[in-house]
Amino acid sequence: MDITLRINGATRTGSPEPRKTLADFLRDDLDLTGTHVGCEHGVCGACTVIVDGRAVRSCLMLAVQAAGSEVTTVEGLAPDGELGTLQQAMWDSHSFQCGFCTPGFVMQATAFLRAHPDADEQQIREALSGNICRCTGYQSIIDGVLLAAERARQS
Amino acid sequence: MKLPPVEYEAPETVPEAMELLAEHLDEASVLAGGQSLIPLLALRLAHPAALIDINGIAELSGVSAADGWVAIGTMTREYAAEESGTIADAVPLLAAALPLIGHEAIRSRGTIGGSLAHADPAAELPAVARALDAEFVVRSQSGERVIPAADWFEGYLTTSRRPDELLVEVRFPAAGRGTGTSFQEVARRHGDFAIVGLAVSLTLSDGVISDARLAFSGVSDVPVRAAGAEDLLVGERPSPGLFDEAARRATEDLDPPADLHGSSDYRKKVAAALVRRGLRAAADNAGERQ
Repeated sequence: MDITLRINGATRTGSPEPRKTLADFLRDDLDLTGTHVGCEHGVCGACTVIVDGRAVRSCLMLAVQAAGSEVTTVEGLAPDGELGTLQQAMWDSHSFQCGFCTPGFVMQATAFLRAHPDADEQQIREALSGNICRCTGYQSIIDGVLLAAERARQS
Repeated sequence: MKLPPVEYEAPETVPEAMELLAEHLDEASVLAGGQSLIPLLALRLAHPAALIDINGIAELSGVSAADGWVAIGTMTREYAAEESGTIADAVPLLAAALPLIGHEAIRSRGTIGGSLAHADPAAELPAVARALDAEFVVRSQSGERVIPAADWFEGYLTTSRRPDELLVEVRFPAAGRGTGTSFQEVARRHGDFAIVGLAVSLTLSDGVISDARLAFSGVSDVPVRAAGAEDLLVGERPSPGLFDEAARRATEDLDPPADLHGSSDYRKKVAAALVRRGLRAAADNAGERQ
């Protein structure tokens, strides 16, 4: 099926098979390999992207369903190679180790902080509870998001 | 895994969807939010010949209140229901359950009708619908039926919807004065399916319980009403002793399934604790809604 959508501010087109997930469409058809595919059934959160302003699991959405939508992937957060506030805060907090889960956490936290800039630690923990990290553990990830929220409030 | 090859239809109106359902019958699956169906496809547990995607049917989304009922369009996303002032005011039990469904990213796509048509007995919404005697409006080319919640859930992931029918709306009765509610669950991690969940609604008139509703999730292949405990509560004044007795009565006939998250006995103990907690919380906020 032919589809047209906006990805990271640019108009993109494609012809995915109906059964192709948005995650596979981004990675295989558009070479946007920043979005990672972990469990492929909506449990791990690694493939989280932002669709029309809300965090969604791109493995649980068909590419054809994203036609006409505005999609942001992790590539869209640092278009000029400059880290954003959240990315820098996570870097400074050593939030990640192997990096496989990183894009999912970053996209989920981006959507969450936009809606809840004053979130406390408990709310951040809940918001990120659907994302799984298998190496660093969660404390440094929470630290990074808290630091980003604090820096955003100060600036 | 990747999804199996499947025919894809995206109707834009309810009549178009009904026509497609009549054509494909049980060879088709209706795709709503996809948060349960897409995993079933990815795990190759479901093999529909066709997906009928109802995301493009605008008239299936929305929340409206009239005549003591709140009608929720089947495609209303869970996050939108969570943000609905109408639901928060009129169906507080549903409002309490919504934030417990999956995770934020799941509620971005998941829908009220999708969850209730999927009918996972461990999920929150079926217990809420069963506790409140919600009504399910289904439509097909041969007309419309309204199915009470007591007849909707037939078994594990099975409802009384016929293959040619589309669930278009779910109606919940608005809570009146003196009605307090609580949704309780125990899960290993926030957002996981609960080991046991409980929906409670309690109405107090002059300090006496005039209506009591308790429905469990996760204890059987369908959501289960605790009719014996409800009968015991009505006509009494809330007290810790009464709630203890209700917890005993509500769980004495339960035979919950065992899995790696908990044995059958453990689930029964959790269920009893939830009854005590839920009744206490519902009685407290019934007082606030006088």
